[in-house]
Amino acid sequence: MVKKILMAKPGLDGHWRGAMVVSAALRDAGLEVIYLGNQNPEAIVHSAFQEDVEAIGLSILSAGHIDLIEQVVDCMRKKGMEDVILVVGGTIPGEDIPRLKEMGVDAVFPPGSKIERILEYFKQARKRSDEPTAGG
Amino acid sequence: MARQAKATELAGKLLEGSELALARLISLIENDSASMSDVLPIIQHSLGRAHCIGFTGPPGAGKSSLVNHVTRLLREKGKRVGIIAVDPSSPFSGGALLGDRIRMQAHSLDPGVFIRSMATRDSYGGLSRATGHVIKLMDAFGMDYVLVETVGVGQVELDVMNTTDTVVVILVPEGGDSVQLMKAGLMEIGDIFVVNKSDRPGAEEIALQLQVILQMNARYAQNTPPILLTQSIDGLGVDKLVDALRDHRKGLNGAVLEARRKERRKKEFEETLAAVLIREWRRLLEADPGIREKLALVLEGSTDPYSVIEEMFPGGIIRQNQE
Repeated sequence: MVKKILMAKPGLDGHWRGAMVVSAALRDAGLEVIYLGNQNPEAIVHSAFQEDVEAIGLSILSAGHIDLIEQVVDCMRKKGMEDVILVVGGTIPGEDIPRLKEMGVDAVFPPGSKIERILEYFKQARKRSDEPTAGG
Repeated sequence: MARQAKATELAGKLLEGSELALARLISLIENDSASMSDVLPIIQHSLGRAHCIGFTGPPGAGKSSLVNHVTRLLREKGKRVGIIAVDPSSPFSGGALLGDRIRMQAHSLDPGVFIRSMATRDSYGGLSRATGHVIKLMDAFGMDYVLVETVGVGQVELDVMNTTDTVVVILVPEGGDSVQLMKAGLMEIGDIFVVNKSDRPGAEEIALQLQVILQMNARYAQNTPPILLTQSIDGLGVDKLVDALRDHRKGLNGAVLEARRKERRKKEFEETLAAVLIREWRRLLEADPGIREKLALVLEGSTDPYSVIEEMFPGGIIRQNQE
């Protein structure tokens, strides 16, 4: 189960309710949520690096998701953060989802996604190879 | 013993300046503070260089924004800054929303700044239990300053006093009348007091009242701490705060600073002792059915803890090693 996640809105996206609703639900499910608000991709990834989170959640409603996620994935690769879960929510058209997954996104939650499904995802999700408890 | 090997390896890399090692070590210590026993011997000699400053005050007083401005001024002087921003965990779910970093975005890509958010988890003193350890990690990493921002405190969450070198208490003009200021607790722990949001009405008055009240306190009999007016929206007055921080650090001459750090080490020792005791107790509990039966009496409420402890350990729990 994911315990610590960073939530952010890349770019100049002014919408905040979706990110807040999901952040509050994750908090109530027992996760520690670092809420970053608006930031550019590089700063999002660098913050996630310092916070040593297991997952990054992005909320995008600006239609710029392909470009923005490309930049986020690129920054993550440069920092050696391939083992961090990357999740995207917002107005993502269905036909873009396969491409996003191919780019390295682990899960996409388009409009209409149930909160329960998102919580269930984080309960099951486990990607980090070096959990602190492993072998200890 | 994979955990031990990992902690040792990370501690070595920390001293070489690896940011990744710092990030990972903080997680390791946060999840299992016993790992610090593997890290401390390696970093012990690199400790005590950073000036550690606590920022405390009620929720919404502007702690994060002030930390942001102080960081900006310290960076202009070329100092490296570590920031620990603590926010509360839910007593119900254990979850937390950590929102301090959002006020410090100006520094998010600055290689001379390392910001870490921490939830209080099972602690109620305004800091997370691991905070003291994380300060040491940032100190060993080579930070000149470690700024610790507590959760928004009320009147009794005073851990910060025993964890940092300099305590800044941040108040706002709406903080209440002079009776509020006279209450024990928060008003006694500050080395520097700040009235933030000083553009609002009542700021000068509260600063004046504060001065009168601090002068009545025996703790401040020798010298009244500085009381500064700031506006963290535009950084007004923060330069004076940075000067006051420097002056306080200078005033902490060898003897005073060492006394303060000694007091802190004593508290750390006692906390470690308590943790070790509880760990051994749990081991005993698992191994000994007789002990479990006695504990059951306490759990069902039919016996009080003191009587059971007395019965189980008639000679006291800690016995000295006799030659």
